[in-house]
Amino acid sequence: MADLKLREPLIFELSKPGRQARSQFPPPVSAAEPAAASEIPEHLRRGAPPPLPEVSELQAVRHYTRLSQFNFSIDTHFYPLGSCTMKYNPKACNSYAMLPEFLSRHPLAPDPQGFLECMHELQEMLKEITGMQRVSLAPMAGAQGEFAGVAMIRAYHRSRNDAARRQIIVPQAAHGTNPATAAMCGCSVTEIPCDRNGDIDIEALTAAVSGETAAIMLTNPSTLGVFEHRIEEVARIVHGAGGLLYYDGANLNAILGKVRPGDMGFDVIHMNLHKTFSTPHGGGGPGSGAVGVGPRLAPFVPIPLVGKVEERYHWLTERDVPHSIGRLSGFMGNAGVNLRAYVYMRMLGREGMVRVAEFAALNANYLMKRLIQTGYEAAYPMRRASHEFIITLKQENRRYQVTAMDVAKRLLDLGFHAPTTYFPLLVPECLLIEPTETETKEELDHFCDAMAVIRREMEREPEKLRSAPHTMPVRRLDDVRAVKQPDLAWKPAA
Amino acid sequence: MPFIPHTADDIARMLHVIGAQSIDELFDEIPAGLKAAALRGVPPALSEMEVGRLLTERALRDGRPLNFIGAGAYEHHIPAPVWAIATRGEFYSAYTPYQAEASQGTLQLIYEYQSMMCALTAMEVSNASLYDGASALAEACLMAVRANRSSESRRILLPRAVNPTYGQVVRTLTCNQHLEIEAVNFDRREGRVPLQALQAYEGRDCAALVVQQPNFFGNLEEVDRLTDWAHGQNMLVIAVVNPTALALLKPPGEWGGLSGGTRGADIVCGEGQPLGVPLASGGPYFGFMATRMQYVRQMPGRIVGGTLDVEGRPGFSLTLQAREQHIRRSKATSNICTNQGLLVTAATIYLALLGAAGLKGVAAASAQRTAQLVRALSQIDGVSAAFDSPRFHEAVLLLNRPVAPVLAALAERGISGGLDLHASHPELGHALLVCATETKTEADIDAYARALADVMQPARDVRGAI
Amino acid sequence: MSNIPGDLHYTRSHEWVRRLPSGQVEVGITDHAQEALGDLVFVEVPQVKRRVTAGEACAVVESVKAASDVYSPVTGQVAASNDELARRPELLNSDPYRAGWLMRVEPDASSAAAALLTAVEYGQFLEQAG
Repeated sequence: MADLKLREPLIFELSKPGRQARSQFPPPVSAAEPAAASEIPEHLRRGAPPPLPEVSELQAVRHYTRLSQFNFSIDTHFYPLGSCTMKYNPKACNSYAMLPEFLSRHPLAPDPQGFLECMHELQEMLKEITGMQRVSLAPMAGAQGEFAGVAMIRAYHRSRNDAARRQIIVPQAAHGTNPATAAMCGCSVTEIPCDRNGDIDIEALTAAVSGETAAIMLTNPSTLGVFEHRIEEVARIVHGAGGLLYYDGANLNAILGKVRPGDMGFDVIHMNLHKTFSTPHGGGGPGSGAVGVGPRLAPFVPIPLVGKVEERYHWLTERDVPHSIGRLSGFMGNAGVNLRAYVYMRMLGREGMVRVAEFAALNANYLMKRLIQTGYEAAYPMRRASHEFIITLKQENRRYQVTAMDVAKRLLDLGFHAPTTYFPLLVPECLLIEPTETETKEELDHFCDAMAVIRREMEREPEKLRSAPHTMPVRRLDDVRAVKQPDLAWKPAA
Repeated sequence: MPFIPHTADDIARMLHVIGAQSIDELFDEIPAGLKAAALRGVPPALSEMEVGRLLTERALRDGRPLNFIGAGAYEHHIPAPVWAIATRGEFYSAYTPYQAEASQGTLQLIYEYQSMMCALTAMEVSNASLYDGASALAEACLMAVRANRSSESRRILLPRAVNPTYGQVVRTLTCNQHLEIEAVNFDRREGRVPLQALQAYEGRDCAALVVQQPNFFGNLEEVDRLTDWAHGQNMLVIAVVNPTALALLKPPGEWGGLSGGTRGADIVCGEGQPLGVPLASGGPYFGFMATRMQYVRQMPGRIVGGTLDVEGRPGFSLTLQAREQHIRRSKATSNICTNQGLLVTAATIYLALLGAAGLKGVAAASAQRTAQLVRALSQIDGVSAAFDSPRFHEAVLLLNRPVAPVLAALAERGISGGLDLHASHPELGHALLVCATETKTEADIDAYARALADVMQPARDVRGAI
Repeated sequence: MSNIPGDLHYTRSHEWVRRLPSGQVEVGITDHAQEALGDLVFVEVPQVKRRVTAGEACAVVESVKAASDVYSPVTGQVAASNDELARRPELLNSDPYRAGWLMRVEPDASSAAAALLTAVEYGQFLEQAG
């Protein structure tokens, strides 16, 4: 990146009055008839035009191509961001989802049989993989899948005249969306601790459940990167108290084809198709948060989902699912994302699914072992890594006054995207590292080499870490200034 | 092995380092009784060539009908550079820009997007997008209840002339937080919200009034009067707008304020799909949201801000994050974690290419084509326009017979003829919502008119034509 | 070691309480709290005349990386709130016990004083938690 021009003006700064990308404008409509726009009453019309940029087509293309070059991405860099499953996004998934017939289809046009057949098969495959009875592809992201899950749990308790159940139990290490979702669904949150091995504190769980417990929300493997041994016992305790089990599918990649959430006793799961099934992260979205449910919640699934009657596929609506929690989007959720996941799953096939978990685990355990050999401390050294693991820099922080953030920033200089930092909050100065199954041994070795370099720098020139990064388009940014003097939009000079 | 690069030699060396005999051993912490059997319900793997053939066959089966449906998703020309750039791996396969120094491309692009949305809506601040237009309205309703400090109420006035699916989504997403969504009627002749319909709410405590411009029927609301009325009642105004139309119509930031009241809507949201995003059977699209600076801490979703680095160079980062779930947990403004980054990338490139002049051209041409369509179709016996209000690029037609069989017969002729309003607005009778954008030619409109005339022939039994 | 003035009372949620001669109580966040939060960038104080009950969240303090509710230690009515903090949230960092006060509450006559900690007790509480 060193030879790139490291600053690109705003598109507004490239603008010049009167310049146009003319070939993108619609052709003129017949001048013989009155302009419909001029029939709009004056007081409903816009006065001054909006201050949008005026640039040529080449200027726009060059500007956004240059901006793209300021990004790290899976296509350009190893991206071991824990909990995010940054695996290769096969190009075929995008190409075939962007066939013109799929792209041009209006969502309210008569049921497109080819597309719906893909969606129906996707639902069926997800049912099989999760051990659930019914799947809806309606939620547009993991957080919306979570919302749907908790909303279904509330609907279930209400249907049994047990509406007082509003307590959602989460482990302390839970992702922030879990409590935020519970709040959006009108529930209260009880956090329970984990023991030294990263497992749920069973005593605390037993004490926490009551006649007000709606559900427990869990990831397994947990956000601590380890498999919850006593999941069956957890299920017994929660079900015994009349509550349900919610599976947060953030870490599904670790167990694909190895163990199914339905078999572990979960009543509902949301899947992040943008993680496990490799749809693009797109700089922060779109995701897709399909939900799967067991028999208790089957009547409440969000609409629309795809049904099949005598070889014809159609969208199921309110009429077909009368107890549904309802609609989550204006149309059919992130349909195009679901289509990409479908292509990916067909290319993996039955055996490929199982290999995902196997090689994700192989890469994670190998990388963990190599980093321990390099002198880093694993947070849970006695446990197997799942598809990810945690390094804690507690010692380094004390000895050299460097932080996990410093290491993360220095990794950028050395050509690697940083792992997840400071999550889970439970482990001090932590890096959550998830290599995924699509990386080669060589790439993992290069990463270890970089971490070894950083280790030497800690000892000899820690300032180099504290002031990193040095080779990016910008150095560390002033976050306090960004909040105190908010600059949230470009404004034309007065 | 699809997408897995390991050789037999790699596997052996890696297991040796780990100190395990086999890959299976890595799963020894899973209780044996829980291990899954083979996934019989998943078919065997396909190569790229095979999956390509399968998908192409299914796509061709769906074909490409001539589309006259709008109802919240609109077919517009998408310039070739838009997706050529948006699908570059550096945008397509990057994640949320948490590491700002390695994400300046995405961050600057979102800052430009926020600036463009502020320009279009004439509002002070925009977020980095939400999932879609319908869920954005639900978030706007929750935000209005938080932001309206002069109201104790959780009641939102939602006219029935607002997209009915949006109403359903608002109810799904807000019912557990006990918002009261109160339906307001529209005028049957004008197809828009009259002030008289609102008089029943005068003096009643409500958090906000929703105003959609143009409304679900394509008609233009008297936005100034509605805004001033709501502000006079201490309600906030939530504007739901079509971004293409904003090139032509008064932006929400300038609504009202005629009689000395506060000028402008308070929260603006809508569906971003018309800005360079394909119809794609319903998604992914993106929702946009903008507001006044005074309400920024109540706004959900990511926000990018400009700042300086340690050497004083300008740069961009995520900001005002203390509103969000990863910090506020159960007290966050929303549980949303993502935005629709890739779609925002497309929309930003789209707006840069079209500019104000191009977007106004698209809006004017769409209005023109819809006027032509309404003229052509109303000449057919048994077809008439439902409302006499000024409109943008959609219109409701009344037929002299049930709409569903007519649409089915049109579909046989390769035409998606519009949306049957029977389920959402039965009081209108046999009502059909149609739309034409700049993508339709006079020949397309003729083709529709001829097909409809054929289907509507009095003697013809349309069911027999299926 | 954080500064814990001996003449104030404290809560386990890191508020301090000063009894004013007028009978009102002044409330703020402790030196320990401001240090844990880091550079404060935003403060929201309650509206004057608002009723608050002991233990109720009634103000928000926000740094770049964290946000925290401030709980009222007493039941009563807000008599004054520190509007200066809207312009200068950094006062909470630089002078948490004086210029960084958040609100003054007129306690209800019937309101029993909540179980507040003395300076010594709060110091011990921090040590145990640390």
